[in-house]
Parts: sequence; C-alpha cells; structure tokens
Amino acid sequence: MPKGEIAKRQFVRFSRLQRTLHICMIVSFMCLALTGLTLKFSYTKWAAVLSHLLGGFENAGYIHRSAAVIMFGVFITHLVDLYKLKKREHSSWFSLILGPGSMVPNRRDLTELVGTLKWFVGRGERPAYGRWTYWEKFDYFAVFWGIAVIGSTGLTLWFPVFFTRFIPGSFLNVATIIHSDEALLATGFIFTVHFFNTHLRPEKFPMDITVFTGRMPLEELERDKPREYEALVAAGQLEEKMEEAYQPIVIRTIRAFAWAALTVGFFIVLWIIYAMLFSYR
Amino acid sequence: MAETKVARSKWPAGLRIIVATLLATAFFLLVSEYRARAADPPGAECLACHGDKTMTTTRAGKTVSLYVDGKKFATSVHGSFGCTGCHADLEGKDFPHETPAPVKCGTCHSTEQEQHDRSLHGKAIARGDALAPHCVNCHGNHDIVPVKDPRSAVAPLKVPFVCGQCHREGTAVSRNREIAQNNILENYSESIHGEALLKKGLAVAPNCATCHTAHLILPHTDPASSINRRNIAATCTKCHSQIETVHRKIIRGELWEKRANVLPACPDCHQPHKVRNVFYEQGMANADCMRCHANEKLRRARDGQSMYVSVGEVSHSRHNKIACSQCHSEVNASHVRPCETITHGVDCSSCHDEIGKQYVASIHGQLNGKNDPNAPTCKECHGTHGILGKQDPQSATFATNVPGLCARCHREGQKAAVRYTGTQHEIITNYTESIHGTLLKNGLTVTATCTSCHTAHQILPRTDPASSVNANNVPDTCGRCHHGIEEQFENSIHAKRVSGFSKPLPVCNDCHTAHAIHRTDENSFRLNVMATCGRCHEKIAETYFDTYHGKVSKLGYTKAAKCYDCHGAHDVLAVTDPRSHLSRANVAGTCGKCHAGATRRFAGYLTHATHHDPRKYPFLFYTFWGMTALLLVTFVVGGAHTLLWLPRAFQMRQELRAAEAKFAAEFGTPASNDKSNSKESPDA
Repeated sequence: MPKGEIAKRQFVRFSRLQRTLHICMIVSFMCLALTGLTLKFSYTKWAAVLSHLLGGFENAGYIHRSAAVIMFGVFITHLVDLYKLKKREHSSWFSLILGPGSMVPNRRDLTELVGTLKWFVGRGERPAYGRWTYWEKFDYFAVFWGIAVIGSTGLTLWFPVFFTRFIPGSFLNVATIIHSDEALLATGFIFTVHFFNTHLRPEKFPMDITVFTGRMPLEELERDKPREYEALVAAGQLEEKMEEAYQPIVIRTIRAFAWAALTVGFFIVLWIIYAMLFSYR
Repeated sequence: MAETKVARSKWPAGLRIIVATLLATAFFLLVSEYRARAADPPGAECLACHGDKTMTTTRAGKTVSLYVDGKKFATSVHGSFGCTGCHADLEGKDFPHETPAPVKCGTCHSTEQEQHDRSLHGKAIARGDALAPHCVNCHGNHDIVPVKDPRSAVAPLKVPFVCGQCHREGTAVSRNREIAQNNILENYSESIHGEALLKKGLAVAPNCATCHTAHLILPHTDPASSINRRNIAATCTKCHSQIETVHRKIIRGELWEKRANVLPACPDCHQPHKVRNVFYEQGMANADCMRCHANEKLRRARDGQSMYVSVGEVSHSRHNKIACSQCHSEVNASHVRPCETITHGVDCSSCHDEIGKQYVASIHGQLNGKNDPNAPTCKECHGTHGILGKQDPQSATFATNVPGLCARCHREGQKAAVRYTGTQHEIITNYTESIHGTLLKNGLTVTATCTSCHTAHQILPRTDPASSVNANNVPDTCGRCHHGIEEQFENSIHAKRVSGFSKPLPVCNDCHTAHAIHRTDENSFRLNVMATCGRCHEKIAETYFDTYHGKVSKLGYTKAAKCYDCHGAHDVLAVTDPRSHLSRANVAGTCGKCHAGATRRFAGYLTHATHHDPRKYPFLFYTFWGMTALLLVTFVVGGAHTLLWLPRAFQMRQELRAAEAKFAAEFGTPASNDKSNSKESPDA
C-alpha cells in the first residue's frame, strides 16, 4: 500500500485528556443512568430485575454515588484543563471565550443554525461549519447545565441531614423531582439526539469514533469542518496537527466499547419509552 | 321423816323396824297382786291351756306344738294386747276353739304390710308360693321385741341370718327359685360390710335390709327397686354421701343419680355382696371383658368391625387404672355377656363433664349433633384404648403432634378442607412454614399450635362471636402468649376503645396472617407490609411509593423505612396524638433511628408526597410540570431538528458512497482504507 503511509496520518481533533474524560463520562453516565432509572421507574418489573442484577438496591446506590464522584471528577478535571488551555494559548479568559476554538455560542452559530435549517428544507447550501458546530456546542453546555442541576440536587439528596440544616425538608421532595426529571432529560437527550447527531445519522452510521481515537481522516475534516480546515491550511498549521492512525486492534477495542455504550443507551431509551407509555404514574 | 318423829316420841326402836317392814311388805304384796290381777285378763285364760309345753295338735299329718311361752309373750312388744289382740277371730269363742285364722299384722302395721304386698315376697305369697316368707318368718310371733332390742330377730346383727334362712346355699329357696346371686350370705359375711357387722359388731354397718329395704324388697330389674341401676347410687350414697370427693373429683354424685345410664353404677365395680375397699378382680372387672376381647379375631357381627382390645395398649394408656365398664357403661353384671345390654357408645363426658359441654357447643360437636359423618368425636383425636395424656410425647395431642392431628382433616383435599368455604387455604403447609410451625419443629412445645389459638374443645368458626378466633377475641387469644404486644395494641388507634370507630379495625391476623405468620424482620414481611396496611390505608400506601422509601422498597430494599418503622407497629397512633412516633415532639427522634442527626426540619421531608395533587402539594406539582415542559420543549426541538436533518443525511450518504466508488474506480483501491478509522466501510 503505497498510499498507506500518508493515508494513515490523521487530523487530531481531541487531546488524550479530552478522550479519557469522555470515556470516563460515558462509563459514569451509563452507571448513573442505569442505577438512577431503576429508582425512577421502580414500579416497572424491569427496574426490579435490573436492581437485582446490579446486586440489590443498596449496591445500586453505591454504584450511583461512585459514578457521581467520577462525574464530578471529570467535570473538575475539564475545568482545570480549560484553565491550563487559557494559560497556554490565551492571554485572557476573554480571548478563550471569544477565540475561534471557543465552545461558547456566538453570532456565527446563529447564522449557521439558520443556514442549516434552510439546507434541511432545500433552501440553501450546507453551511461551512467551523471546529464546533452549534449542536456540538449545545451538547457541551447541556452537560454543564446537567452537572449543575443534577449534581446539586444529587448532593442534597445524598446528604439530606446536612442540607436540611439550611433548607426545609420538603425541598428534598422538590430536589427529587428536579434530579430525576433532569436526569430523564439528560439520558433521553444523549441517547436519542446526541446519538443521532453524532453516530447514527446516515452518513456516519453506525458510529463516529473520533472522540475515542481523537483522530479523524483529513477528508472528513475537509467535508465536515471546512472552515477549520481552510483556516489551518491558510495558517499552514495542518501538518503539525496530523498524527498516525491507531492499529486495527485498538480500533476494534474502541468499537467494541462504543457498541456496548450505544447498545446500553439504546435499551435505556426503549425502557424509558416503555415506562413512560405503559406504566407511568 | 314424819315416821322417825313419831317413833322417837312413843314406840321403842325394835318395834318400829318390824312394823315398818311389815307395812312395806304388805304394800309391795298389794301392788304386785294388783298388777297380777290387771295382767291376767288378756292372756291368762289362753295360757291355761297354751302354757302347757306338751300341748300339741296335728296339722297336715304333722305334730305341731301349741305351746306359748307366757313370760316371753308378756315381755314382748305385743304383750299388753293379749292373745285376741292379734287372734281377733278367737274373741269370745268356746274352748276348745277351732284353728285360728292367720294373724293379720297389717291391721296395725298397714304401711309395712302394703310394702310387703308389693315386694317380691308379697307377690310370691299372692301366687301361693309355699316358700314365700310371711311376717312371722322374719319377725317371729309371740316373742317380738322392738328392732332396737338386741334380742329382736331383726336386730341389725341378726338380719343376715334371718335372710340367710332362705338365701344361702342349699335351702329350698336357693335350690328352687331363680336368684341371680350365689353364695350371698358367705360373700356378704366376707365383704367389708359383713365384716364390719358380723366380726366387728358395728351395728350401723349395712345389712341386707339397708340396701334391699326391710319390706319393699324388689328385684333389681324393677324400676322402683332400691337396687335398680337408677336407684342404686342413691341407695349407696345414703351412707357414702361424700363418695365423689374421695372417689374421683370429676364424677359428680348428682350424675350418678340423674344420668345413671351414662355412668357405671356402684355394683358394676363393687360387686353386690362382695364389696371390698380394693379393686375387684371379678364381676365387672377387665379380666371378664378380656375373656372375649383379647381374641384378635373377635369381630362385631353387625359390621365385622374388630372388637379386639390390646391389653398392652390399655395398660400403657392414661386410663390404665380405669375399668372397661367405667367407660363402657350400661353393662349388666347379671348377664352372661355383661356387654350385651350396651346400647350407646362411650360417653367421655360422664367423667370429663366440662370438656364434654365445651365439645357439644363447638363446631365439631354441633356437626356431631347433626349426625354429620365428618364430625370428629373424642376418639378421632384422642384415640380409644391407648389414650395418652397431652403431656406424653407419644400422644396424638402432644404439642408437636397437634398440627399433624388436625391435618388429618384440615389438610388441603381432606374432608374438613373440602367443605370449608373461607379464605384460609394451605393451612397446614402455611403453619408448618410459619414462625410458630418452625419453632414447633425445633421442639419448642410452648409455641402456638392449632389448639393454642382455636382451643382444643371449644373450636368455633371465626364468624361465631364466641370463637377464640373471632376478630373481637383475636387480640386476647394472641395476647395469651404475646401479652406485652396486646397491651400496646389495646392502646393503639387500631383498638376500638381508643379510636371509637364503628367500622372493622384490624386485629393481629389482618397484618400477620392467621397461619402463615412469619418473623417481622424477614424480608417478605417488611416488603409486603405496605400492601397490608394499604388494604385499608389505600391512598397513603400508594403515595408512599412515590417517594424515596417507597421506591427503594419496591426494588426490594428492606432497610428503607416501612410503614411501621415510622408509625409504630402495635402502638400506632394518629400523628396528631402527642404520644405518636410522628408527633411534633417525637418525629425527629423517629427519623433519627435511621438518619443520625435528623432534625425537625429534616423531618419536614414529605414521605407520602405526590406531584399529582396540585392542592395538597402545589410546589411539587408545578415543579414536576415545569420540568416536564422543559423536557417536552427540548425533545420537540431536538427531535424536529433531527427529523429535518434525516433527508439531507441520507443524501450525503449516497453522495459519499458515489465518491468512494469513483475513487475506487480511479485508483483501484477501496477508499474505505482511508476511512477505516472513522467508520465501517459501507462496501464491507
């Protein structure tokens, strides 16, 4: 394969830390979703079976709280990483937020959203997306929102005796509703909209493993993130962002993991739908 | 004194003595002469002839003495009446008179005569039986003295001999008349009664007449006879009035008299004429019964049922000191087969009177009263000849054997279970697996068995207000063992006395079940208690499952607070009651049992809250719908975005594939190689 050498060099989209954090996030999220939903849908037979498989409710509780700790860890690590990024590449927070690689939505995202909707209905060309599309930014901040809402209420429910020194006991009831419904939103959104947008949409089907390998083929970058590609080419920085692809065995392992995550997510969605439709109370 | 005064004044002392003696003698002679003259008219005339010892006559070819001992007659009880007082037909007759008619004692002794006429002796006379005794045969004739006079022919000590004139072996009566008893006089003389009378001279000891009466002697078959089965107890208890107290407490004397048919009569055990103060080997004794019943092949002619009785079984039974005839009453000792007079089965209540009454009132007894073939009688549970006390581990009624005993009928499919229409099923299985059954299996005999709750003999269906398992009585029944619990319960809101509710309130078995009672710290109980309380507290039990404790309980978590962990179990009270576990003062402590450091504010957590009730829990309701709206909006927007995307995505996929095909056609290498890192080859 004469072209192999070149072809196997791929564009690096995610750092090693970012990839690790995403994997940790997946693991903890799945654990939280499974254990949490058994409690939310405790009135379904599935919940009892699952709770039993997880080693009883008490065990499920330990898993849930351990996973929560991991999730907090992921969140804090990311914040630290952001801080380091700012120190390394940006003169100020302002620059980080408004810079070209920023996750913060801006005016261009609005334009791209409008453009995308036009493209959907055949009223225009596909917008030339940059490093982060608006739906990726939405997913990113959805996690921020989720961690804030679910995390805070979760902590309250974890340490009710402590928190009722400051808030009335009935707030625990409120916290329960917020925690569980927000979690339902998070799982429902991740396992349907996020899954589709990132993995299941026909041109990517069945999955996009960029977030695990950190690498994407150059053509894909050119096609999906044309603005970033052009900017990198113009700046002559493309070559320094290229690295060798992983060995097939690594890819296979990653795929197996991703498949597992997708499957679990898929079944959770089915379970949620079943519980909501047939036995909601 | 007047005499001495006179003597001192005029006569010498010696003369005075002579005169006084003469005067006294003259007076004595005068008096005795007068008396002799006064007695003379009634008998003197007759004795002129009959006082001759040689005076005889010939009657029916026999020489008969006509001598009358005037002295004896004179001192007899009839001495003052003279000869014609009795021989009235000779009054004014010339000598030598005709043979006088038989004396009629009944002219004066009408009562005795009337009794004698009714007696078997009197009837024999009426029949013309030459052997029949007349008054004179017992009482004598001219020498009759009062009964209390030891010389009387019918004085107590002499009665056996008077009767024995005829009623002893070898006499014409014993040879020619049917007398059921043999060796009467001999037996009597050796009996405790005879010994007392004849050997110890105890005049109050019973003689023949004491039992048979003096004049109204009737066969024992006559209902009026003093020795009839119905009367014999009354006869014996004339002397043995306290016999039941020394005999056996549960045999009450009145039963002997009122229901003699169900009890063995005195002579069934204490053979007539042979009574001793020991148990008897003869007559109605077991040995007599065993002559036939020891035969293993003995069968009842009527239905072929075995009538064999194992001596060994009886001798090891609790009734081994009880004679056959004490239970199998109605036996008649005068029959060759004493048992042929038996018409009824054994009636245990003749001794076990109180228990018998309880049984009759019980459902078993009621059914038996209706002749229901399924109704158990005493023997179905207690057995027959081998009966053992309930303290004996071998007994069917020993605690550990009771469930098996009741199971014979009450096990599913058996005759009692088949006809039962209530809610309790698999009673025996459930009991065996219950805490009571487990303890019993482990040998704890004081644990509850069937009879502990249902009673042994007063078993009634729970619908009967008198039943020990009637809802009103269940706390008392359980409280006999679980007394402390009952005390708590009686002060709880579930006690009618406390709540004053008219509707049915739960009692022990409503929560603990009747037969499948398990430990309350067992998972099954803890997880089912919400459904149990929920039978009445429907709504509150349902909303419990909307909050944390309920949800995790639903998942099988036993440690989470269940109804009674907060409300209390037997001491449950209204939350408004200051003594309640959930009252303002106690609630924090109650929560603190699990949540160390819980405060009043912590206790503000709504354990039964639901977000479906906008009036009761508005903030939960609106929080829930706010969150739901957020979800709906997010999913609608996200979903719409995705759906709109789909057509373009498919279009892109097709374009991509076309490009790859083109690439492959140009370079001869599948483009998928380049893309293998990102996705599976569409061509693969």
